[in-house]
Amino acid sequence: MTKEELKSRLGELLPSATFEEGTEWTTIMIDPSAWKGIARQLRFTPGLDLDYLFCLSCVDWKTHFTMVYHMESTLHRHILVVKAKLDRSDPEIATVSDIWRTAEFHEREAYDLFGVRFTDHPDLRRLFMTEEWKGWPLRKDYEDPVNMIKL
Amino acid sequence: MDVGNKTADPFPGEVHPTAGGGIVVSKLDEIINWARSNSLWPLVFGTSCCAIEMMSTAGAKYDWSRFGFEVARATPRQADVIVIAGTIVNKMAPVLKRLYDQMADPKYVIAMGACATSGGPFFYNTYSVVKGADHVIPVDVYIAGCPPRPEALLHALITLQEKIRSGATREQIKVEKP
Repeated sequence: MTKEELKSRLGELLPSATFEEGTEWTTIMIDPSAWKGIARQLRFTPGLDLDYLFCLSCVDWKTHFTMVYHMESTLHRHILVVKAKLDRSDPEIATVSDIWRTAEFHEREAYDLFGVRFTDHPDLRRLFMTEEWKGWPLRKDYEDPVNMIKL
Repeated sequence: MDVGNKTADPFPGEVHPTAGGGIVVSKLDEIINWARSNSLWPLVFGTSCCAIEMMSTAGAKYDWSRFGFEVARATPRQADVIVIAGTIVNKMAPVLKRLYDQMADPKYVIAMGACATSGGPFFYNTYSVVKGADHVIPVDVYIAGCPPRPEALLHALITLQEKIRSGATREQIKVEKP
């Protein structure tokens, strides 16, 4: 599907989503509370078939977090980026590890480094840091007086 | 043999020609050090981009085998020198320490590049990087660079050979050159 076709298709399917302009890939902004249903639609709607989640990341904007999901259809070769704005004091979003299995570890990573809680995640534990580690190292306001030399 | 070149030091000792051959007079310690310096087996150990340069140095173009770093060993039990090629993070530090402890004496360490020397680009504002591999294990030779070129690694390896041939231990060198 071309970018225009994908955009018009998504506009019909997800009236609540807004499009981000001027991006290389088609990008939609969604409400995090609706994410689980949207994810299922994106994955299973015939014609979309976004079956490959190739990047899952979190961005700390100091005022809020943004979850970013990059996905591709191996069938139709189109790429879609989904962004969801999260509350920084209580970041929470539904897991998609049951839709894309690869999300299980990526979500653990986002939890480990940013403290984003993924509801209904089967195994939300620390991934890189030790079990007893305090804090979320990739947050912009992270302080570690033992290991960090501030500049 | 090119005697003027330091890297091609001849066999230590004097040859006294006699009828039908000759007699070599030398010191056993010097012979041992000469042998050791010309047969240093490095450990397969690389933690980031410096390892790519190290592999290049081992490859056909630069070929560190020419200087006696013949075979990289995948086990510390058979290795003589460990080239710390890359960043050492807090999680890697105990692994590095264990590898070093498992190597048989005499063993040598080269800190390759900025990360292994001081933490380099990760010195400030990082929670995970060890600020210099010498916090974990003693280092014989440091190389500057990010990453250093293969020539720099070869220079460090040759420097290590000179250090071994001089016969001084790490402690002796520190006392003599404060």
